Amino acid sequence: MRKVTFPHMGESYRTFKMLLNDLGNEVILPPRPSRRTLNLGVQNTPEFACFPLKILMGTYLETIEMGANVIVTSGGVGPCRAGLYAELHKKILHDLGHPVEMIVFEPPRLYPFNFIRNVYKLNPCRLSIKAIIECIKRAWRKLQALDNVEKATHIIRPRELKPGATTKTYKKVLEWIDKAYTTREIIDAETAALIELDNIPRDPERLVLKVGIVGEIYVLLEPASNLEIEETLGNLGVEVERSMFLTGWTRDNTWKETVEGLTVKDAAKPYLPELIGGHGRDSIGNTILYSKRNFDGVIQLAPFTCIPEIVARTILTSVSRDYNIPVLTFFLDEQTGKAGMTTRLEAFVDLLRRKKLQAPDNKLLTASTF
Amino acid sequence: MRIGIPSALFYYVYFPMWKVFFEELGVQVITTGKTTRRMLDSGVREALADACVPIKVFFGHALALKGKVDFLFIPRIVCLNKKTVYCPKFLGLPDMIRHGLADMPPVIDVRIDNRDRKNGIFSAYYAVGKMLNASPLNIIRAYLKARLTQLKFQRVLNSGLQPLEAMDVIFKGKKYQSVKQPGQLTFALVGYPYAIHDPYISVGVVEKLRQMSVQVLTPDNVPPGKLNWQKHGSGKRMFWTFSERTLRAAAYFARRSGVDGIIHLTAFGCGPDSIVDRFIRFNNKNGGNIPFMSLTIDEHSGEAGIGTRLEAFVDMVKRKKRGDR
Repeated sequence: MRKVTFPHMGESYRTFKMLLNDLGNEVILPPRPSRRTLNLGVQNTPEFACFPLKILMGTYLETIEMGANVIVTSGGVGPCRAGLYAELHKKILHDLGHPVEMIVFEPPRLYPFNFIRNVYKLNPCRLSIKAIIECIKRAWRKLQALDNVEKATHIIRPRELKPGATTKTYKKVLEWIDKAYTTREIIDAETAALIELDNIPRDPERLVLKVGIVGEIYVLLEPASNLEIEETLGNLGVEVERSMFLTGWTRDNTWKETVEGLTVKDAAKPYLPELIGGHGRDSIGNTILYSKRNFDGVIQLAPFTCIPEIVARTILTSVSRDYNIPVLTFFLDEQTGKAGMTTRLEAFVDLLRRKKLQAPDNKLLTASTF
Repeated sequence: MRIGIPSALFYYVYFPMWKVFFEELGVQVITTGKTTRRMLDSGVREALADACVPIKVFFGHALALKGKVDFLFIPRIVCLNKKTVYCPKFLGLPDMIRHGLADMPPVIDVRIDNRDRKNGIFSAYYAVGKMLNASPLNIIRAYLKARLTQLKFQRVLNSGLQPLEAMDVIFKGKKYQSVKQPGQLTFALVGYPYAIHDPYISVGVVEKLRQMSVQVLTPDNVPPGKLNWQKHGSGKRMFWTFSERTLRAAAYFARRSGVDGIIHLTAFGCGPDSIVDRFIRFNNKNGGNIPFMSLTIDEHSGEAGIGTRLEAFVDMVKRKKRGDR
C-alpha cells in the first residue's frame, strides 16, 4: 500500500493533506518538527548542510517510522542547493535501508513533463484532468485562506489586551478551516475565522512597531525552525509582516512572476542585479521596500551556511545605512536556543522603540505610551 | 592606469588570461601575491563571520589593494559552459565588495554568462576593453593573445604542475621538473582551486604531502575535456561549476589506476561542499573503495593539526598498499 507524505511547512500541511486525499492517496501527516526530529535529522545529514535539509531529513525519518513510503517534495534548478536536497535525501534514505519513492516537483515552467508525470503518479484514483484541476483550485483556495488568517494574527497579536488570546483563537480557527471541504465552506470558514480573530479585545492606543521579516523560505514559513519568532515578536508588541507566504512564492515560481515579485527584483537591482539563488535578492529588495513603507526595522532569517543569505547580509549592511533601517540577522541552526533569540529580539525591539520615540515627528506619541 | 586583481578565488583559474589581456591593452596589473596573516585578519574583520575562508581571504586581498589601484577587476562570472553556474558567492562577489567594504576603488564588474550571446566571454572582454578606451582592433588582439596564454597555462597544468607554479613557468620562465620515484604514493587532492592552491588557506597541504614524498594530483591537472566525460553519479546535475568539477574529478581519480588515495579539501561552512562531500562518499561506497579523507579547513586551522591528520592518512594508505602486495 502506498502511503504518501510530504515536508512539514507551517500550517500548509492541512492543504496538502486534503489535496492528496482527494487524489486518492493514503496520507501520513508529517508531525510538527520537534527536538527528536532535529536529532534524527542532524545524525543522518552532512554537518554543513543547511537547517531545512536537517529538519526535512528528520521529518522523513519520522514519517517513515509511521509507515510512509512515498515522499512528495519540491526540486529546484539552483543555484540554491535546496534544489539538490531531494536527490541527497533519496541517497541517504536508501543508504539507511528505507526504499522510499521520491516524487520531486520541478518548476513546471521549465519541466512541464515532469509535472504531468508526477501528477499522474499521485493520482491512483485516475481522476480526470478536469477533476484534478478542480481539486488543485480548491486546495489553492485553502492555502490562501490559511495565509490570510495567519496575516491577520500578525496584525492582531501585538495589540491584544490579554496575552496569548490571539494564539489561542488562531489554533481554534485553524481547525475550522481544516474541516472545510468545498470552496464555499472554505470561504465561509475563512470569513468566520477572520471575524473571530477580529473580536479579540485590543488596545488601540498601544505604540506598535512594524517589523518586516525577510530571508530563506523554509525558516520563514516553518515556525518550529524559527522558534516561533513571529509569536515572540507579537508578544513584544511588534506587528510583523513576513515577506513570503507559500501562495505568493508558488505563484512566482510556477507560472509567471507576479507584480510583487518584479517590484522586489527592481528594488534590489542597484545593490544586487543578479539572481544568486535562494532568496538573497528578495531579502535585499524587500528590505528596501519595507524601509520605503516606513517600517521600523527588518529581521533577516537564514539557515546557517546559507550562501545566498550570507551574500545578502553583506550587502544589507550598506542598504541598512543608506535607507536608515535597522536590520537584525539570525543564522539559525540546531544549536539556536529560544532564550538567546528572545533576548536579542527584546534588545532589538527596545532599540527600535527608542528610535521611534526620538524621531522628531513622534513627540506626541510619547505621552500615550508610558 | 593601474588595475588591481586580488590574488584569490578566480585568480587561480583565469589570472594568466586576465593579466595578458590587460597588459596588452597597456594597463598595469597589480596583484596582491601570497595570502598573509594580515590579509586574512583584515578579511575576517570585514567579512561576515558566516562566510567561508576563501571569501574572507578575498576580502583581505581586496582591502590590500585599497589606495594602490585605480580600478578593481572583479568580474561577475555566472556561467562559462552553458550548463552550470558558479557558487552564489561568485554571483554576488562584485556587490559584496562594493557594498560590504567602505572606500574601495571603483569595481569593474562585467557579467559573463555564456548562456546568452549578449553576455558571452568575448563580449565581456570587449566591454571591459571599451571601458578602458581601447580600440576594437586592440581589444581583439589582446583577447586572442589572452586566450592563447590561457591554453598554454592549461597545457602546463596538464603536465602535472599546480597553478601557481604554472604561472611562474609562463610569466617568469621558471623550470620545474617533476621527478617520480618508483614506489612513491600518488594522492588526488580534490576541491576548489582557490582553496587547494592558496598555501595559506590550505595550510600548505600540497607542500606537506610532497614532503612526505607523495605525488599530488589536483583537478587542475586533468584536461577539462576529459573531466567533462566523467560520470559523477549524483543523479541530478550539480548546479555549480566548481562543485561539479570536484565531483567529476573525484570520480575520475577513483577510477584511474595509480591513484592511492583521495583527499577532499573543503572550507568550513561551504554550502555546496556539504552535498559534494556526501556524494563523493556515496560514489566511493558503490565502487572504487579507494582510501578517502575529507579535510575541513578554516581560518583557525593549525599547521600541527593538519600535519598529523595527513601523516596518519599517508601511513594508513602505505600500510594498505603493503598488505595488498
